[in-house]
Amino acid sequence: MSKARASLTRTSLVHLALISYAVISIFPVFLTLINSMKDRNAIFRNPMQIPTPKTFDLVGYYTVLGQGDFATYFQNSFIVTVVSIALVLLFGAMAAFALSEYRFRGNTLMGLYLAIGIMIPIRLGTVAILQGMVATGLVNTLTALVLVYTAQGIPLAVFILSEFMRTVSDDLKNAGRIDGLSEYSIFFRLVLPLVRPAMATVAVFTMIPIWNDLWFPLILAPSEATKTVTLGSQIFIGQFVTNWNAVLAALSLAILPVLILYFIFSRQLIRGITSGAVK
Amino acid sequence: MSDTPSTHDTTGPIKRPTRWHIGVFLLPAFIVYSAVMILPLIETLRLSLFNTVDGQSTFVGLGNFQVLFGDERWADDFWNALKNNVIFFIIHMLVQNPIGVALAAMLSLPKLRFAAAYRTAIFLPTLLSFVIVGFIWKLILSPIWGVSPYLMDLVGLKSFFSPWLGKPNSALIAVSLISVWQYVGIPMMLIYAALLNIPEEVIEAAECDGVTGWSQFWKIKLPLILPAIGIISILTFVGNFNAFDLVYTVQGALAGPDGATDILGTLLYRTFFGFQLQLGDRSMGATIATVMFLIILAGVSLYLFVIQRRIRRYQF
Repeated sequence: MSKARASLTRTSLVHLALISYAVISIFPVFLTLINSMKDRNAIFRNPMQIPTPKTFDLVGYYTVLGQGDFATYFQNSFIVTVVSIALVLLFGAMAAFALSEYRFRGNTLMGLYLAIGIMIPIRLGTVAILQGMVATGLVNTLTALVLVYTAQGIPLAVFILSEFMRTVSDDLKNAGRIDGLSEYSIFFRLVLPLVRPAMATVAVFTMIPIWNDLWFPLILAPSEATKTVTLGSQIFIGQFVTNWNAVLAALSLAILPVLILYFIFSRQLIRGITSGAVK
Repeated sequence: MSDTPSTHDTTGPIKRPTRWHIGVFLLPAFIVYSAVMILPLIETLRLSLFNTVDGQSTFVGLGNFQVLFGDERWADDFWNALKNNVIFFIIHMLVQNPIGVALAAMLSLPKLRFAAAYRTAIFLPTLLSFVIVGFIWKLILSPIWGVSPYLMDLVGLKSFFSPWLGKPNSALIAVSLISVWQYVGIPMMLIYAALLNIPEEVIEAAECDGVTGWSQFWKIKLPLILPAIGIISILTFVGNFNAFDLVYTVQGALAGPDGATDILGTLLYRTFFGFQLQLGDRSMGATIATVMFLIILAGVSLYLFVIQRRIRRYQF
């Protein structure tokens, strides 16, 4: 009897601790979202109150959508992220297949070479990357960003995907070979469909740092036509520091796509992490 | 790698043609990775040994490093940034990782309700960009808005409020804690995964021996998740010594107040790219990048060759 009560107390303490921390995690985001939809007076007088019909005001959003070129920024971020992920997945899976399927001289060496990038950040080569992009005329193009992010994503993709590809049954591949499939068809038609869950995990892992990156857009593509959402909102907010409605609205607009994607993919993401994909 | 039987090896004495497809599979990744990542990295390391003398790029050996470590124009900034970076890292290790372990330990309790909801909520900040996180906290901690004094008033601590981000003494701690708030989700998830991988039998055996609750965590589970703690430590190390975005967003490129939050990433940006009156300096930028590379390399090697080998791994 007393033991049951003790465990009940313990469970409620655990819930209390977890709820408190969850509130700490969500509260700042929540606060930003509710205040972005209020008029200026209400933002300062009652920051904690959710918008009422009296204080509801979308003036911040009008300012942002009127002044900043957010549609272009979103489009740029979207293009860069999607193309980079596609290239990381395609090139990464091909290399992972070669490393996990065939025995050839230099296999281990190639694996180690590609693994360097998992630990050493690509940012450290920025000086020479910028030089190279200037030399090839790629500065202020989305191509520059795509190239950098593809190179950045490949090491982890190869690592995770080759682990998964080792688990694909050899009998299946050999059956394909007996049926006269070429090595390319075996890769594209037999192996790729089987590692789709791992591909999704890699896609999510690759996507987050690309979408959120500030460093490379700032250095390689700061022009108005190539700004990404992260850089665009950074500069926009810097200019509108005193216009709280606009700042809060810009922040909310930058949060929303992440929130939506998170609720769609959170299960995939969490399963990816907990299944030991990044062991 | 060697345990994968390759079909081609078993086909026996038939002389096989060159297997072009291996090259085709490897080439795209190899080219992009080498051209955009490895070669620029090597080139940056090489540039750190050169400087412009009389308008010509000249080999100066370790001259740039001497200037960086000893010259009065550079040394103060550099050692200040390095010291701040070390503090930044220590705060992460002392706050972020223990909180992450504690949250994971609670989440992994059997039959805990709403575990998925907690997990989702606590992991959310990790996905937001530094720009969003930086500005949100700048607003919340701003004395103009008054959200934090109001909240501290609720718990009777209003007198302790001060504009932390603006004070040289507290700015670095405040920025570090913002970063901890954002990233606690990563150690939590990795430890959580490690805890879930502990087999039932081990826990049951411990319970039969009367080891439960706290002592079970300290004596049974913690030793089993040490490898995961090693991984989150090295991830934190690499991330912290490569950090830039948060400080840039919250405190600007000058990493104010008075350089109190300057870390190697912001120093690299200012040096290489220039800021306000300062002109960009490619050679010194490459030198700082090289120092960062060596620090990260030292940390990673220490982990791979010393720590990881000492930690005992248990196979179930």
